[in-house]
Amino acid sequence: MPLKRSVSLWQGLKYKGGGPMWAWILHRLSGLGILLFVGLHVLAAFMTAQFGSDAGIAINTIYESWAFQIIVYFSILFHVVNGLRVIVLDFWPALLEHEREAVWAEWFVIVPIFGLATYIIVTKALGG
Amino acid sequence: MRARSVSKTLGFESFMWLFMRLSGLAMYVFALTGLIIALFMGARTQMDMGTLLRWTFFPIGTHVTSSDILVLEQWINPFWSIIQYLVIAFATLHGTNGLRVVLEDYMDKGWSVYLLRGLLFVVWLFMLLVAFNLIQTSGAI
Repeated sequence: MPLKRSVSLWQGLKYKGGGPMWAWILHRLSGLGILLFVGLHVLAAFMTAQFGSDAGIAINTIYESWAFQIIVYFSILFHVVNGLRVIVLDFWPALLEHEREAVWAEWFVIVPIFGLATYIIVTKALGG
Repeated sequence: MRARSVSKTLGFESFMWLFMRLSGLAMYVFALTGLIIALFMGARTQMDMGTLLRWTFFPIGTHVTSSDILVLEQWINPFWSIIQYLVIAFATLHGTNGLRVVLEDYMDKGWSVYLLRGLLFVVWLFMLLVAFNLIQTSGAI
């Protein structure tokens, strides 16, 4: 009975699941974000191409803003790298012993790639 | 707290579990194909980072025609169209199934689960057809 679990939000936040727990939460959030982003993008492009609607231009204006680009870029990068970790650990369960180290390794991949791209996006936005 | 019970037989859930992992790997292959070939076709000097990333994740002509690419035929042709159809097919099912998994975690088992699956199937079909139409009208094939 998933709706009747007797754990409050506060208790949930205090749960010390650590890296793998936060990776699980971020994987869901980033996945839902990407689905919303891509779904709206495809729908807007379709509306513009078929009916000459302004919706596509309005949505593209938001999508092209640098703050939005950073969020989308992080969501996709995290989902992609974390997804690979999930695949590797699922197909080679012996590695589950090093699950926490795997999450650390994942962040060592994400942070430099994300930081570099964010640096380029921000300096370009500030006219650099 | 008691762990939820999971059926040990092969069925819908285990098939979708496998699909999520295999489609994830497939999208890695498509993205790396798009990125590496784009760099060979001159992306490093002909487009900015944002344009290259848009092309990497979905190699459609409208993602790069605003850049400084020199030979349009290299970027808009049947090879990329096939990749587009495959990416859309994998990505829409991967995304819709992900939404289904998240939502069903917060639902009790019963008729409402099947209602949700029916609804998401229609949403998935709509997304698939709309995206296929966009690919067809974007100029390639």
